[in-house]
Amino acid sequence: MTVESTAARKPRRSGKRVSAATKPQSSEPQLVQLLSPEGERVEHPDHRIELTPEELLGLYRDMVLTRRFDAEATSLQRQGELGLWASLLGQEAAQIGSARALRDDDYVFPTYREHGVAWCRGVDPTNLLGMFRGVNHGGWDPSANNFHLYTIVIGSQTLHATGYAMGVAKDGADAAVIAYFGDGASSQGDVAEAFTFSAVYNAPVVFFCQNNQWAISEPTERQSRVPLYQRAQGYGFPGVRVDGNDVLACLAVTRWALERARRGEGPTLVEAFTYRMGAHTTSDDPTKYRHDDERAAWEAKDPIQRLHTLLQREGHADEAWFAALEEESDALAKRVRESVRAMPDPDPVSIFDNIYADGNSLVDEERAQFTAYQASFAEGGN
Amino acid sequence: MAVTKLPLAKALNESLRKALEDDPKVLIMGEDVGKLGGVFRVTDGLQKDFGEDRVIDTPLAESGIVGTAIGLALRGYRPVVEIQFDGFVFPAYDQIVTQLAKMHARSLGKIKLPVVVRIPYGGGIGAVEHHSESPEALFAHVAGLKVVSPSNSSDAYWMLQQAVHSDDPVIFFEPKRRYWDKSEVDTEAIPGPLHAARTVREGTDLTLAAYGPMVKVCVEAAAAAAEEGKSVEVIDLRSMSPIDFDAVQASVERTGRLVVVHEAPVFYGSGAEIAARITERSFYHLEAPVLRVGGFHAPYPPARVEEEYLPGLDRVLDAVDRSLAY
Repeated sequence: MTVESTAARKPRRSGKRVSAATKPQSSEPQLVQLLSPEGERVEHPDHRIELTPEELLGLYRDMVLTRRFDAEATSLQRQGELGLWASLLGQEAAQIGSARALRDDDYVFPTYREHGVAWCRGVDPTNLLGMFRGVNHGGWDPSANNFHLYTIVIGSQTLHATGYAMGVAKDGADAAVIAYFGDGASSQGDVAEAFTFSAVYNAPVVFFCQNNQWAISEPTERQSRVPLYQRAQGYGFPGVRVDGNDVLACLAVTRWALERARRGEGPTLVEAFTYRMGAHTTSDDPTKYRHDDERAAWEAKDPIQRLHTLLQREGHADEAWFAALEEESDALAKRVRESVRAMPDPDPVSIFDNIYADGNSLVDEERAQFTAYQASFAEGGN
Repeated sequence: MAVTKLPLAKALNESLRKALEDDPKVLIMGEDVGKLGGVFRVTDGLQKDFGEDRVIDTPLAESGIVGTAIGLALRGYRPVVEIQFDGFVFPAYDQIVTQLAKMHARSLGKIKLPVVVRIPYGGGIGAVEHHSESPEALFAHVAGLKVVSPSNSSDAYWMLQQAVHSDDPVIFFEPKRRYWDKSEVDTEAIPGPLHAARTVREGTDLTLAAYGPMVKVCVEAAAAAAEEGKSVEVIDLRSMSPIDFDAVQASVERTGRLVVVHEAPVFYGSGAEIAARITERSFYHLEAPVLRVGGFHAPYPPARVEEEYLPGLDRVLDAVDRSLAY
């Protein structure tokens, strides 16, 4: 079935299962793929990549460590240490591949699931967990790693990325900006407005859409009648669909899009075609709306396994290297576990901190009242 | 001499010009703000003098205007954005409330967003639907935003300067039916604090508190009351968030009576907040309950009946009489 005929189908009635077989598969000509699910290199007429063995091993290590700490975070939620976790399981290649295409002076605007991107930017994993534990709303300094805070309102950050990119262009800098969002966000007005603004101002921004097929319980068919990457055409900039489980293709295509931005050629939409292997968050129950066979089909396209196969086939790593990485993963998980458990609750009076940069009389008054109220318990017990 | 008599809109224009001259990071953004100079001409001539790169005509998308302004502020710019009319701010309400207001707190103080959102507001100009509203309470309710409104040309000039210099987002409500009113502006004066109230007229029997377009009405009401031997004090609040409760309290504790006046609906309006706070602070000084005069719990009406909806001189005087009769 072609993409076009898929798009022309009448929307399914709600409640009906959408099988993976109706989705465009890797045989689609639009899908950029450089590494097959079987771990074999694939030629593409427009996109190529040459990486050293060290770089290949680096990508593999990034994906393995990200998956390990993601799994640890899910466990920590189950143990009651986190209130919530949004797992990236299955999306490691999309995130690591795109993030490793970035330069230090590029700027990232993530959703709340970009743990792999954060890892590549040098944001410590434990910093990501603060907001999911409920001790802050984002504990890292965005300017330290050019990695903005996680944005929870769907799609809002695409406009921030566009504005930031407009500023980059005004400054005459050759940096680029990348905005992460998902298939669900593609329905948001803010994303449409971000496409419009970036196009008319020719802003140096890459819109990196991880189409993981599900917006909580709603399949992509509920968001769009056309493949998402085709939306770019209507705004006047290129859109590309890449195999989101192929770290090499994600890296190559994102590099290409970033270079376009740096050269002053404006925005690009990259649709990374991938799959959310886990639940939307730890509060979600995917058994209510999707079947195991769909997940199993995507399991066969696992992003880490295919690079593992390549590394072995090309002889870049031996068993000892893989074993050492396993140990490093466990050490990372242990460090994350211990630092999360040691994270103190914030001082309640900190509720009043940083609401205004220039200070505020109402906040000062309420802080004083609250402090006095709290102190009344300590003083005498009456 | 730096004292000139200017219409309020021209004072805003001069203030924006000064801001653009003083700081290369200041940008003007909005619909029709360039060649046209804005539908009220507040940005008239600025694009010609500062270029399209600094006075930016935007696509017709309010969420996009505020959302990209946030991104520009993250890059170190100080955008002053114009929303064309009060009733058109709501597409941007999400960006203002969920993003602009909260970014400083959620970044634990690491991010500052010096964005000014200018909104012409209020009725009285015979406009069609969505062009006459007073939504200030919807913004004052949100922590992280500062909400102000000038009532005269001097405040228009200086409060906008201070809003641009603020490291916090400021929602700047401009009383559109006063755009053409002329009053003196001293561009070399030393302005008072942005959020301090100002006593416009002193009195001993009752305090009228208002802001924006209603200050003029209250001054007229005080003059009319004086003819009947009643001494009414008028306070221009100037800021709806934060509110200078100290100034209102000090006045009420001398006069014993308070009437709050605004165009916005009374229900959940800033008058309700002021009444509650002043009742708490000055209970034993009050000779009468705090009264409110404002809009009704009704959509802003068609222009032919807006004079009945808007709190005019007689409705303010009626409340003054009711308060004094207690």
